[in-house]
Amino acid sequence: MASSTGHTRNPFTEVETPAVGVKLEGLTKSFGDHVVLDNITLSVEPGEIFVLMGPSGSGKSVLLKHIVGLEAPTSGRVLVDGHDATSGETREKVRMAMVFQAGALFNSLTVYDNLALYPREHRVADEAGIKDKVMRALQILSLEDAAKKFPSELSGGMKKRVAIARALVMEPQLMMYDEPTSELDPVMSATISEIIASLKDEYHVTTLVVSHDRELALNIAERVGILMDGKLIFLGKPDELRQPKDEQVAAFLYPKIDLKHPRYKKLET
Amino acid sequence: MKQITIILEGFGSTLLLLVRSLSYLPSLPRQRARFIEQCYMIGYTTLPIVAILSFFIGSVLALQAGYAMQNFGAKQFIGSLVGLSMARELGPVMVAILLAGRVGSAITAELASMKVYQEIDALVTMNIPPARMLVMPRLAAVLVMVPVLAIIADLVGWFGGAIVAKYVSFISIEPEGYFSVLRRYMKFGEDVAGGLIKAEIFGFGVVLVCCNIGLNTRGGPREIGAAVTRAVVVSLILILVLDYFVTKALM
Ligand SMILES: Nc1ncnc2c1ncn2[C@@H]1O[C@H](COP(=O)(O)OP(=O)(O)OP(=O)(O)O)[C@@H](O)[C@H]1O
Ligand SMILES: [Mg+2]
Repeated sequence: MASSTGHTRNPFTEVETPAVGVKLEGLTKSFGDHVVLDNITLSVEPGEIFVLMGPSGSGKSVLLKHIVGLEAPTSGRVLVDGHDATSGETREKVRMAMVFQAGALFNSLTVYDNLALYPREHRVADEAGIKDKVMRALQILSLEDAAKKFPSELSGGMKKRVAIARALVMEPQLMMYDEPTSELDPVMSATISEIIASLKDEYHVTTLVVSHDRELALNIAERVGILMDGKLIFLGKPDELRQPKDEQVAAFLYPKIDLKHPRYKKLET
Repeated sequence: MKQITIILEGFGSTLLLLVRSLSYLPSLPRQRARFIEQCYMIGYTTLPIVAILSFFIGSVLALQAGYAMQNFGAKQFIGSLVGLSMARELGPVMVAILLAGRVGSAITAELASMKVYQEIDALVTMNIPPARMLVMPRLAAVLVMVPVLAIIADLVGWFGGAIVAKYVSFISIEPEGYFSVLRRYMKFGEDVAGGLIKAEIFGFGVVLVCCNIGLNTRGGPREIGAAVTRAVVVSLILILVLDYFVTKALM
């Protein structure tokens, strides 16, 4: 049920809040001499699902960190709903959630408390209401049995799902996933893709997904960007990726496994 | 030059953290679970070691004083010497040093690993300021617990001195005599209270510095260890430097 008004309907409280857009204007980031992001301009529309792909180390995680304000641009700016992302006030005005690549779960808290932290700290509901929300998020990700466990007792894929559940509980207007399916089995990957798509359909959440998962990109993305060597080498509809014209894009998305002429040997010569 | 910038940066970030944490003080009632947990951590876990050490410090003070004073017949003043030294100087400094070793190091280790494993980043994206959730309750807890620890250190130290005074043959002063001298030459309002103020300042400084070093850790597991070492060293320096200035100011 897509919202035609361009508003986020909060999944739990049915409150409508406007969907937010993200704009990168000439974003450049370097660590020392190492230019990671090179003058990137990109706009993610309110309520859109945007998938960002790119080789390992191309700066995808760094780009997401700029949007939540954990990194400051070397030059250029990042606007979330028109507010500068580096300012703390932006986080007060816009509910953003991020699924970190490594999960970033609170190791001293149980899974349940990890999920309940945000609603408790922000007094979103009373303890019974929080329990409803948390259990519902755990259920969506088939994690009910893990509620009392600590992060150290979970498998890699479970941690990833807890991180996603924790972000869902926040009922964000802007949702960012850093490789949500990288450690999951094929069925769970498909489930996550479905969750991402249905959140957008039902609640009009603006969604940015960093992923290497071609299936996810082709199936749920409305637009795809490919980041390579600090630049966006592709920006367009996922359908254009089925038979990419650009050689670089094709080589990245459909690498051939050639046992007779392995790549690592080519590098050596 | 680089060293100086690092030190100045440390000062700056510590002050900033102090201001931020204080601005969250009104939310203490909401953080009371964490506050109580920290009181327990700070008070209960350091209590046994504070008691043991102050007992022996009091004893050795009495022993040394008795040994030095027996030659000129001043040993009846041992009570006041032990009493004053414990209350004004050794109690507060010892509590602060134990706090740095026991509590400060644990705080830095915990916050540094939260930083390194991106838990702090996660808090920031959730719009939960680390200063409010992690630092402010600890600062409040140390303010409440340190005077308690310092009073216990004083009492146990005095008691340790009294036992040595009675049972060591070349001193042999009855507890009544020891404590009456202690009471006569000590102004509780000034000496004991002054000591408590010192302890309060040291303890607060130690926790603040340890939180700041933890939160500013960068890198991986090796840096967590380095941060803990640095936190303890900086705390010890801070305690001894502050000791001089606070003592002077209280005179
Ligand atoms: N804090 C930092 N200091 C210095 N360099 C950094 C820092 N963070 C990231 N980098 C560098 O920036 C580059 C991009 O890192 P990033 O984590 O964004 O890659 P990525 O595209 O997310 O890769 P992956 O797909 O493997 O997660 C890397 O070369 C990395 O070494
Ligand atoms: Mg990454």
